[in-house]
Amino acid sequence: MTSPNETNEPSRRAVLKAGVAGLGATMVPFGAFEALGAEPAQAAGPVTAPPAAASRGGIGAALKRVEGPLKVRGAATYAFEWPVEKPAYLYPLLSTIASGRVTSVDTRAALAEPGVLGVLTHLNAPRLAWADEPEVALLQSDRVAYHGQIVGAVIADGIETARYAAGLVKLEYAAEPVDVDLRTDRDDLRKPQHAQGFGQLPGDLMNGAPADTSAGDFAAGLASAVHRVDATYTTPVQHHNPMEPHAAVATWTDDEITLYCGSQGVSTPQELLTRAFGLEAGRLRLISPYVGGAFGSKDFSALWGTLALMGARLVPGRPVKLSFTRQQMFTLVGHRPAAIQRVRLGADARGRLVAISHDAVQETAKAKQYAEQTVQASRSMYAAPNRRTSTRIALLDVPIPTIMRGPGEATGMFALESAMDELAEKMGLDPIELRLLNEPQTHPETGQPFSSRHLKQCFEEGARRFGWKNRARKPRTRRKDGWLIGTGVAAATYPSPRLPGSTAFARVDRDGRYTVRIAAADIGTGTWTTLAQIAAEALGVPQNRVTLQIGDSSYPRASSGGFSSGMNSWGTTVYEAARALHAAVDEHGGKVPPEGIEVTVGMPDDPRLRQYEFGSYGAQFAEVRVHEDTGEIRVPRLLGVFDVGRVINPVTARSQLLGGMTWGLSMTLHEETALDHRYGHFVNNDFGGYHIAANADVGSIEVHFLDVRDPHINPMGSKGAGEIGIIGTAAAIANGAYNATGVRVRDLPLTLDKFL
Amino acid sequence: MKPFAYQRAKDVESAVTTVAARPEASFLGGGTNLVDLMKMEVLKPELLVDVRHLVSRTIEPAHGGGLLIGAGMSNNELAADRRIRRRYPMLSQALLSGASYQLRNLATVGGNFLQRTRCPYFRDVTMPCNKREPGTGCAARDGVQRDLAVLGADASCVATHPSDMAVAMAALDAVLHTVGPSGERTIPVNELYRSPAEGPQRDTVLERGELITAVELPAAPVAAHSRYRKVRDRASYAFALVSVAAALEVRHGSVTQVRLALGGVAHKPWRATTAERALVGRPATEAGFRAAAEAELAAARPLAGNAFKVPLARNTIVSMLRDLTEGA
Repeated sequence: MTSPNETNEPSRRAVLKAGVAGLGATMVPFGAFEALGAEPAQAAGPVTAPPAAASRGGIGAALKRVEGPLKVRGAATYAFEWPVEKPAYLYPLLSTIASGRVTSVDTRAALAEPGVLGVLTHLNAPRLAWADEPEVALLQSDRVAYHGQIVGAVIADGIETARYAAGLVKLEYAAEPVDVDLRTDRDDLRKPQHAQGFGQLPGDLMNGAPADTSAGDFAAGLASAVHRVDATYTTPVQHHNPMEPHAAVATWTDDEITLYCGSQGVSTPQELLTRAFGLEAGRLRLISPYVGGAFGSKDFSALWGTLALMGARLVPGRPVKLSFTRQQMFTLVGHRPAAIQRVRLGADARGRLVAISHDAVQETAKAKQYAEQTVQASRSMYAAPNRRTSTRIALLDVPIPTIMRGPGEATGMFALESAMDELAEKMGLDPIELRLLNEPQTHPETGQPFSSRHLKQCFEEGARRFGWKNRARKPRTRRKDGWLIGTGVAAATYPSPRLPGSTAFARVDRDGRYTVRIAAADIGTGTWTTLAQIAAEALGVPQNRVTLQIGDSSYPRASSGGFSSGMNSWGTTVYEAARALHAAVDEHGGKVPPEGIEVTVGMPDDPRLRQYEFGSYGAQFAEVRVHEDTGEIRVPRLLGVFDVGRVINPVTARSQLLGGMTWGLSMTLHEETALDHRYGHFVNNDFGGYHIAANADVGSIEVHFLDVRDPHINPMGSKGAGEIGIIGTAAAIANGAYNATGVRVRDLPLTLDKFL
Repeated sequence: MKPFAYQRAKDVESAVTTVAARPEASFLGGGTNLVDLMKMEVLKPELLVDVRHLVSRTIEPAHGGGLLIGAGMSNNELAADRRIRRRYPMLSQALLSGASYQLRNLATVGGNFLQRTRCPYFRDVTMPCNKREPGTGCAARDGVQRDLAVLGADASCVATHPSDMAVAMAALDAVLHTVGPSGERTIPVNELYRSPAEGPQRDTVLERGELITAVELPAAPVAAHSRYRKVRDRASYAFALVSVAAALEVRHGSVTQVRLALGGVAHKPWRATTAERALVGRPATEAGFRAAAEAELAAARPLAGNAFKVPLARNTIVSMLRDLTEGA
């Protein structure tokens, strides 16, 4: 194994070759991109980030990301950029029907095209040894379950050749009727079995929770209420659209099978693919040091991993490179499912809730039952003796939905927190006052204590900073230069789970240098920096003496990054490894022998943790302007105050929350993937059609933390910060738009036509 | 993308002759729209004839006090020109509201008129589309309708024209200068675009091989008091849901001159002649503006998914005329 201090900086030569050849000088705006940090290509060694600048580092230090300079120089190796000898390029071929079968395949014209090396279809694709996971099982039958499903691929010497030849493959289909309509009056809605179906977790929903819950007598509670709200909210299909497309480079030789693959984790996809291809354990190595945005869409990296590996099998001796186009990403890497949510609230004369219900009907794919926890937040947010939640799904001919930033709560809290605003409005109560009146002392369903819950402080701090007391209580009373002005508020919450199954390696050398190794992944959030900070604190040494190694499946196994679980799971494991290393050094009488000391330990299971509810909290404030003539909506100001426990790194944590709030703004104002109900395809599948907030849409965004340690959750005292930024933003903006206009919009996105 | 040949033409005549003789050939200007459509195989030219270096990139005075704009100018160059900004501000504003800075640096003035529709069904080769493949039908009409036309459409095609610049050019009565196989001619912008009823597969009256070499802006003192307002689904980088180019002269409380054109509502930049006639000689009041806008939009035939464009266009027209009156 090569020295851990080597960095991987492959040559950048090939990256920009695939331009638009031959269109003359007018087509080349970017002059020469030559020699950007060009360094000799090398085989995959340990994946190591440069050490932090000489500082003590540790938890709480405001460090910039250690890999920042590499990224700015273009020297951080993203999946597609790994230098391999004489790569072949794979271009996927997608179905043009939403349901049915492939009845004939004619690859002659494609194979006759110079430079084409092979065509994969269900007829010649390798039979997988294990194909129970639909997102892995590509090309195993003639069945088409959604529009834009992979039905083949062309492999060629050049990327443009592969793409052109893909259009020459002639497929015929026997199409079946298309059913993509999400409605609450469907007679085939069913209780989901997401997690059970895939043996992941014991419950009905993606997070392992039950689909339905109840306590007390909801109907009687609602009947006894003095004030009631009964409203239905809808949220559309949305897409992640990370900047880096989903890419993989596969090499398959007798000696090694390596997959460079942008991924939210390296262990789980490595295990899935090992099983799918029937490989010996450890034969396949998955490497993912840098990820250009994922947001949930790179959690099941097995899908493009499968395709790249199949390609590499088809052209022995040639590494195969694959990168989806933006349009392909709309069907191949998941989406946030559309949902229809009904929320009913009943309150007594003072505003104390006596009944809460939250019923969600959401879309999923016939190809795979993905069922997210849309109603989860309503189970813990407010006290009320009588309550119920339910989740039903419609199985449709749509691409497979997946986790997407704040899965469940991002849409669920739009509904609940809009309904709370409606109740406050009805009662003439301040919306913050209403929320604080209903703050629970313990979890309303389980009765367990919250390990830490500082929502009240978030509201108080936010109200003070935002100037909440100056707001006009009555809607449509403030205007300036043709714009109606309003303000809105909403609460935020997201669980802080710890995922099982992580292990870390720690080593100390004789010279007092430390190495910490764990198969975690940095999905752009700062893990290279923050996990090293945790390691330094756990080891009790300055950070510049610690080398962190992550992003490689040959390292000790780790859970994937998602669910706001990364630091909690990996950090706790690293802490445990540090503790074990210190104990081992003590056993050596405090002396490190010449060969150094090494330990490898798993994450501890602490049964005491089951006594508490763990979650992050926040209060989101929005100033909203709506144009009186055109209905155009702008959000000049957002302010969020968050309780994410102890802050590991205020720089990267702020980035996470700022990004979440910005996305919350974007999902509120713009984001909607339009589905054609006749053909079952996503219509606006590019950046011209799928609108993401542009700079001009984003005004001032302020992020504040309480920075209060959670006493129980983990040795760091930190809670999740990944999802919480996007939770509640939509409701705060919609509530602000109501305050501005007197128009209550219950359907995302808040487009201008809804205010005309 | 289908493989293609590339040729840098020697002069306008040979470029015109080459493209006129070969139905699979296409002129290449900035390429910002053509190359995208080639990647998606919506367009599959076998030969690109590069003409950008052949057409003028300057602005000259035209006789009668107008300006003659070289068709090879970039959108940003035209928007930044002091004469344009002073004498035809709506044109500069329209240009700057379109695309991105980078695209505007590449995109030519001539090419801007010839942008193809952004209708998603036109851009998806697996969908029926009469504009892309005559006779296959229109998938958009009963599909996702938000961006579709409310004026001048036809059962065969409900696509909108995406240009902002052309909306201002229509309001300003601009005239194209062209060279074609049958020689030189001029075509008013308001006569450039064909109605879908004449066959949606051909957007314009230009003949095969006919090249736009310049655009003439006639003198129009009223245009010095003009604006372009683009209403869209985000604050930047989006095509217009509705846009309005308006110039107004008010004397003693009455409208004496007006220019009004709409974007985002039809297969072409929509010159609002009905509204103009209803405005001239009448009091410059909000009620008058509203009546004129409604007269223009009486012909609208919206679909369920784009019906909001009618009140949006009305409100935007009224708001623009009110602002121009107040700023008079």
